[in-house]
Amino acid sequence: MALANPKQTATEARIAALTIPESGWTAPARKAALARLRKEGLPDRRDEYWKFTRPDSLVTPEVPKAATFTHDEGPIFGERDRLKIVFVDGVFDADASDDLSMEGIEIGMLAAEQGADIHWARDLYGTLEERGQDPVDRPLAALNTAAATDGVLIRVTGKPSKPVSLIYRHQSDTSDAVLHHVLRVESGAALTVLENGPAAARLNKVMEIDIADGGTLHHVRAQGRDHDRRAVTHIFARLGRESVLKSFTMTANGRLTRNEAIVELTGDDAVVHIAGACVGDGANGGEFHHDDTVFITHNAENCESRQVFKKVLRNGAVGVFQGKILVKAGAQKTDGYQKSQSLLLDGDSQFLAKPELEIYADDVACSHGSTSGAIDETALFYMRARGVPHREATDLLTLAFLGEAIDEIEDRDLGEEILARIESWLARRR
Amino acid sequence: MLKITDLRASLEVEDKEILKGVDLEVQAGTVHAIMGPNGSGKSTLSYVLSGKGGYEVTQGSAMLEGADLLEMEPEERAAAGLFLAFQYPVEIPGVGNMTFLRTAVNSQRKARGEDELSATDFLKEIREKAKALKIDADMLKRPVNVGFSGGEKKRNEVLQMAMLEPKMCILDETDSGLDIDAMKLVADGVNALRSEGRGFLVITHYQRLLDHIKPDVVHIMSEGRIVKSGGPELALEVEHNGYTDILSEVA
Ligand SMILES: Nc1ncnc2c1ncn2[C@@H]1O[C@H](COP(=O)(O)OP(=O)(O)O)[C@@H](O)[C@H]1O
Ligand SMILES: [Mg+2]
Repeated sequence: MALANPKQTATEARIAALTIPESGWTAPARKAALARLRKEGLPDRRDEYWKFTRPDSLVTPEVPKAATFTHDEGPIFGERDRLKIVFVDGVFDADASDDLSMEGIEIGMLAAEQGADIHWARDLYGTLEERGQDPVDRPLAALNTAAATDGVLIRVTGKPSKPVSLIYRHQSDTSDAVLHHVLRVESGAALTVLENGPAAARLNKVMEIDIADGGTLHHVRAQGRDHDRRAVTHIFARLGRESVLKSFTMTANGRLTRNEAIVELTGDDAVVHIAGACVGDGANGGEFHHDDTVFITHNAENCESRQVFKKVLRNGAVGVFQGKILVKAGAQKTDGYQKSQSLLLDGDSQFLAKPELEIYADDVACSHGSTSGAIDETALFYMRARGVPHREATDLLTLAFLGEAIDEIEDRDLGEEILARIESWLARRR
Repeated sequence: MLKITDLRASLEVEDKEILKGVDLEVQAGTVHAIMGPNGSGKSTLSYVLSGKGGYEVTQGSAMLEGADLLEMEPEERAAAGLFLAFQYPVEIPGVGNMTFLRTAVNSQRKARGEDELSATDFLKEIREKAKALKIDADMLKRPVNVGFSGGEKKRNEVLQMAMLEPKMCILDETDSGLDIDAMKLVADGVNALRSEGRGFLVITHYQRLLDHIKPDVVHIMSEGRIVKSGGPELALEVEHNGYTDILSEVA
């Protein structure tokens, strides 16, 4: 008998701690995903794709404890008219949620609908995740498909009057949530999805997004508040002709966060914008490690992809950016843009970046730029010479730096709300 | 108002002395001009007074109404009433001109224990003052100095000065790069601020500006020192004969 290697052992130990449903419409997809997970093995620190981020605490069978967090400031998006769907420690809470019916949209729950045969979701569940495994292994996403305990199934057929708001609450300091959302935006339909709140002590979340021709999805996510958070999230998106996906994420706090976005442009003239603004502070015994990993595949003509990621790091915080634009043969007239910048507020913080372009078509315009720098001393002095105190001037320059990512949010009001959150986060640390 | 005594300052990095014992006193209600060849230390003097990093004061003092400027942070100097119109105003992408100015006005008020200016009062005041300087609404909304022409930047400096109502104003070559109309606008802006309780130190290369902002005293600076002081006629002398005669005379 061959000796099991450490990676296999770790993977089997993790699998043994999971409960994987063996019946219901998701069962075949789960079984296939489990096989993928076994084949790939869970990531360890020797994996190239995890060179900058230690996956250890994301893969252990037991969950590192994470204290729940209370705050004076009410949750973000609170004043907004929206359809609320609440998950507590990764489990749908019907009582805390709104009525799920709305014009132009069908909403179901993964756990509740196990017995039902939802054709559109069955065709999609795990499908985009599987497509996203090539050319890079994403074993934590395969684990998610295999073992997801809940999630929302959304099919958009029209233009609902208000956003769908996914709200996550964290009550147990050892909860281990595996959430899997499936979104299908039908031809010409449009939706805005909001996400906020600390989901669990540890979160593994997948969102599969399939946008048909001419469909539009705006996604605005706020990750924050919980200082002990460990989270790995994946967005797998497939875009049809003339469709649009705009996704923005604000991140504050959290010990370890890895957000992956894997997007495939399969129809001509599609547009994808992925942006992120992140503020991290490693002070007071805290840790802050934030990783944005993006993989955009251009597989159609005249598509536009835009990545704008900004990180502000202090007191030993670490930021990671791995971003790739792959332009396949035939994807002519591709317009690919990638910008990843960090502002290091002290000498202890670190930014690690790996921008990549791989191009197999000749008529394309792609650019990428990754920089990290300190605060602009000349601007700082100018502001102080006008009477703005050092800390406030630094905050203003910090917000200005992040502004370029926040400007990617289409809805101005949402952008303002995000900005205000970051402003108060900074003010609390003055 | 401003009293500078034997001020000596060196560059922090290379231990090169730039200010070699500056003595200067500006009384409230007066306008003093400093002229001098390029590289004589005029800008350095303005930076040292306003607290820019990179310089080490090795000797001397600078007092504003009896308070020791050199002991204060730049923002404290501003709140105490010192203002420097920069020779090269700084561009700050992402920070709105209006937001910046409002933050500055209210920070200074807060530091002095005064009430903050309400949004409406601020707007009313800035609109009035901007109009006099021919600064339009668009310039107020844009990021600080970003994409401004040379003249627009200088007018923006004067607008900031008008809004902050400092006691002691230092203008570093506010006239450079301006055409005659823009210079008149700037001069009018400065003249409107002239008052009993306010002092001005106008650094300039040319006599031209001094036709519009009439100085009480003119100083000539050379190699880090004030080498000659006199009335407005001194500026005319520079205009006609250049610096060489004056400098050889004092050498
Ligand atoms: N930060 C600096 N680094 C190097 N040299 C400097 C710096 N600041 C001033 N100097 C030098 O000091 C001298 C005086 O400069 P400055 O004050 O700008 O003169 P002015 O404004 O009279 O033209 C010049 O020789 C200049 O090169
Ligand atoms: Mg100068």
